[in-house]
Amino acid sequence: MSSKIFQDIICTVCGCCCDNLEIEIKDGNISRAKNACAMSLGKLMNFNKERNEFPMVRNGDKLSKASLSEAIDKAANILADSKYPILYGWSLTSCEAIELGVELADCIGGVMDNTTGTCHGPGIIGIQDVGESTCTLGEVKHRADLIIYWGANPVHAHPNHMMRYSALSKGRFRATRKDRNVITVDVRMTDTAKISDSFIQIEPNKDYELLSAITATVKDLELEQDKVAGVPLEEIENLADIMVNCEFGIIFFGLGITMSLGKSRNIDMALSLVRELNKRTKFLIMPMRGHFNVTGANQVTAWQTGYPFAVDLSKGFPLYNPGDTSAVDILMRDECDAALVVASDPISNFPNQAARNLAKIPLITIDPHVTLTTLCSEVVIPSAHVGIETEGSIYRMDGVVLEARKFIEPPNGIVSDVEILQNLLNRVKKISK
Amino acid sequence: MKSKSLKVNLVTGRSLVQGRLKEQGKLSEDYLNNVACCELNQDDLNALGIAKGQNVKISTDSGSVVVKASIGTQALEKGMAFMPYGPWAEFLVDPKTHSTGMPTYKGINATISPAMKEKVLTIEEIIEIIRSK
Amino acid sequence: MRFLTSELLIKNGIIFDPINNVDGEKMDISIKDDKIVDKVSKGARVLDASGKIVMPGGVDIHSHIAGSKVNSGRILRPEDHEKDVEYKTKIKRSGVGHSIPSTFTTGYRYSTLGYTTVIEAAAPPLKARHTHEELNEIPILDKACYTLLGNNWFIMELLKENKLEECAAYVSWMLEATRGYAIKIVDPGGVEAWGWGNFITNLEDEVPNFSITPREIVVGLCKANKMLNLPHAIHVHTNNLGVPGNYQTTIETMDSVSNLYSGDKPIIHITHTQFTGFKGSSWLNLSSGAPEIADYVNKHKHVTLDLGQIAFGDTTTMTADGPFQFFLHKLSGNKWVNCDVEAETGSGIVPFTYRRSNYVNAIQWGIGLELALLVKDPWRIFMTTDHPNGAPFTKYPLVISWLVSKKAREKALAKINSSAKRRLDIPGMDREYTLSELAIITRAATAKALGLKNKGHLGIGADADVAIYDFNPSSMDPSKHYPKLKRAFGNAHYTIKGGKIISKKKEILDCVDGRTYWAKSRISKDLESSILENLKDMFEDSYTVRMSNYVIREDYLKIPEKIEVTAEV
Repeated sequence: MSSKIFQDIICTVCGCCCDNLEIEIKDGNISRAKNACAMSLGKLMNFNKERNEFPMVRNGDKLSKASLSEAIDKAANILADSKYPILYGWSLTSCEAIELGVELADCIGGVMDNTTGTCHGPGIIGIQDVGESTCTLGEVKHRADLIIYWGANPVHAHPNHMMRYSALSKGRFRATRKDRNVITVDVRMTDTAKISDSFIQIEPNKDYELLSAITATVKDLELEQDKVAGVPLEEIENLADIMVNCEFGIIFFGLGITMSLGKSRNIDMALSLVRELNKRTKFLIMPMRGHFNVTGANQVTAWQTGYPFAVDLSKGFPLYNPGDTSAVDILMRDECDAALVVASDPISNFPNQAARNLAKIPLITIDPHVTLTTLCSEVVIPSAHVGIETEGSIYRMDGVVLEARKFIEPPNGIVSDVEILQNLLNRVKKISK
Repeated sequence: MKSKSLKVNLVTGRSLVQGRLKEQGKLSEDYLNNVACCELNQDDLNALGIAKGQNVKISTDSGSVVVKASIGTQALEKGMAFMPYGPWAEFLVDPKTHSTGMPTYKGINATISPAMKEKVLTIEEIIEIIRSK
Repeated sequence: MRFLTSELLIKNGIIFDPINNVDGEKMDISIKDDKIVDKVSKGARVLDASGKIVMPGGVDIHSHIAGSKVNSGRILRPEDHEKDVEYKTKIKRSGVGHSIPSTFTTGYRYSTLGYTTVIEAAAPPLKARHTHEELNEIPILDKACYTLLGNNWFIMELLKENKLEECAAYVSWMLEATRGYAIKIVDPGGVEAWGWGNFITNLEDEVPNFSITPREIVVGLCKANKMLNLPHAIHVHTNNLGVPGNYQTTIETMDSVSNLYSGDKPIIHITHTQFTGFKGSSWLNLSSGAPEIADYVNKHKHVTLDLGQIAFGDTTTMTADGPFQFFLHKLSGNKWVNCDVEAETGSGIVPFTYRRSNYVNAIQWGIGLELALLVKDPWRIFMTTDHPNGAPFTKYPLVISWLVSKKAREKALAKINSSAKRRLDIPGMDREYTLSELAIITRAATAKALGLKNKGHLGIGADADVAIYDFNPSSMDPSKHYPKLKRAFGNAHYTIKGGKIISKKKEILDCVDGRTYWAKSRISKDLESSILENLKDMFEDSYTVRMSNYVIREDYLKIPEKIEVTAEV
């Protein structure tokens, strides 16, 4: 019957935010998606699976159907009554929604935190100590003759990254794959390592040591060891040499170094190495952000409060102290008394004890899907998918902003995060008067 | 005599399949089959006396969980284990954030033993555990 | 107390409205809705401004308040925020201040200084959407942003081939696509060289891979600007910022377009000139190049300048001048953020502390003030600190005190590095800015230079943006009583924006949304279609976003206000 093609659609899965998708809609469903990677297709072809069909409120042990206004009313009361609520998630929704989230947190005096804490938060902490030499992805495409993937596996986590922006891309000054030297550093021979020019295998939890050794070598200091982090001295010297002698090098780093021991110190060391390299050549670094708008969550929270995540607004002004004001830590100390989770599944992704403490308190979840978090909630409000059923601004991993568009109507009765949060905010303000 | 438990270094992370399936809902059997599993090196499987597809119990200081042993497509060193992100891995992850807000998801000391007679928890069972007082 | 009327009468104020030749006269100002009117009815609300200075709301022509590098600065410096927090109230959102205030705090604090229009000085086109998202969230103020074009690949290629009309067409397209207000040029060609880690050191250096010189970029864009009849001149941050001896680059840059002047309005604006007014060959013999620059400016009417005055203390430097920021990092050892933007521009951020005891910083302090005191025409020199590079904008009252009072300058001079004091001319300078001149350099002249006809004055039809300062010049000499003047300008007795009373002293009473201005220069339809054809191909090769996703819709801006002109092409 009726078919329509939408061009230049922006994908809303990973931090690549590829904006060249071509989507064909037939009879209100996606029939074809051009330029979409496996993860993107996974979402586009299945985003209607396991959806929350209507708002729900917990009655005893069960979640039962409720009207939107009942659900919002109950949620508003929970939040207005709470003394130290957490508002968490935010990486899989639009900037417009996140802006309302900060406003809500400000209004009720809660903690505004996003999934950064359990992904690239340590990277941000590292940046706050050292700084960061970075760029937009097109700079890599055009100029990079040395690309290092460190603790990152783009073939699996950012499938179009290499082709659109890095190792396999075609740039003004680097037209072919041969113009680039691609190196992977990881604890195992990943699929990304398999297609790199060389692979350096590092012992687990030893990133700090290896980065430190390379930095020392770049500074022409002599190392006493034969091996650092399982990597022979000769290989370290060779890598340092390659780095110093390139024209434009970049390290893309992943959760391999943010999540292992050392955490922010690992990134600190990587950022310091890149900073040092800038004395000799052009060198940059970029985190491989996993979610399509986690960067946006940092940006919005920062411009409204001054801080990118883990912001405690309970005292009437913004306070930032990761480890203290971050979601996992607050939950482990069992200190919060209510939570609003938006577009995230912390029950699945937090350490079990933190998940238990989250399930104990009144929990409100706004999400398109049925998740472990919705199944543990007091109030569940279904929402529309950003970039498919509702528009919104999103930030790519390199800080470029794109306006994700809508090309399908959401199911009947399901509205956007923005509409839900605006309603919630209005209701909370009324209650608090 | 084959050893019945092994010390490994556990890394949790993204796998392409897990990344794709998480977009489709976490309640499916597909999700359970691909996420409630632990990749090991073939030599380690042999040392444990089990075949891929059989259940193992992994324990860390934070807790323990039973999942299916598997061999991944990406090489894994002896002494290492890889589990996809998800509710099963979360029983094992170290919640200490060392003042960064980030728990330890990678490089966790773990012990693996065969658990062929034990069952893998379903999502529903996990939810019950999480919600239990 | 609620007022049902939209009429406001400011009675008996001492008015400084230089555009309308009012210099300290006692007059009433009548406001209806959001405009200044001839008179109002008896039911108008009355504000008594007896014994108080009344000026148009301040117009800040160059400040870094919104966008990618400003936010990277916020993220970089939690330590900057901790010492200066903003509590929420029934009207105000919470926030943080000091050198990189959060968006809401920026709006509130500018308002309490009596400023009502602020221009974001540098928007990288690819990230301009971010700039607008933040501008949308700065309350109260009217705003605009300048679009960075001085290292743009297409512009460099078009100018190299002498395709001036196509270049003008592309600029027109860019301003519309990014909803920008004017052409901003930062370290022309130098930021592209920095894309390879290289530097440009003079106007005749060729940009690697583009065979064009900084001089050609400045001249070309100046010509394009004239063809487009844009409301503001090209806004230029010259090459060699921060390098001893760079005053010569500044003069050469100003001179490069002198033959394009048609006697009408100025055609080039040099920004934060203090940073490019260094004389000497090293840090050891650094001295002020202000006399030479002022001499040139006094003799050449085609130039306007803003000061970029420093104040001692901790602040954050942030510019699109990536190479300069790296250089500052190496000099200071402080943490450093760099972000290069594909095909267009770059940026860098380094925290910095200006110290009285430091010879170089003390000379810098002198350079800014010497420029202000030596340039004779207050209509062509504007007060800025290049917030936050020289100092946070909250230091404007301090800078004002130095301009109006020799005594205030002497107090500061007594504490600065004594070798610097001996080197500077400023100890011997007696000039003190009058209140009328102050009004010119902080609002009248800046509004005029921006081509914002309804700003910077209190004539009938002007936007009702008014600042009332609690200082009585009939009974107090600003020079002698500069501490009171400083307090008055730091804490506007009332700030009125669009006819609404926004603040009273430090208290925010009301919150409104301000406009975002952008400039559209209408070019011929043929030229427009031809440039769009060329753009499509160039785009897909050069950028990592699609052209349709690059363009910002007008309704993306909360309250857009288009300033439309007709081009010559």
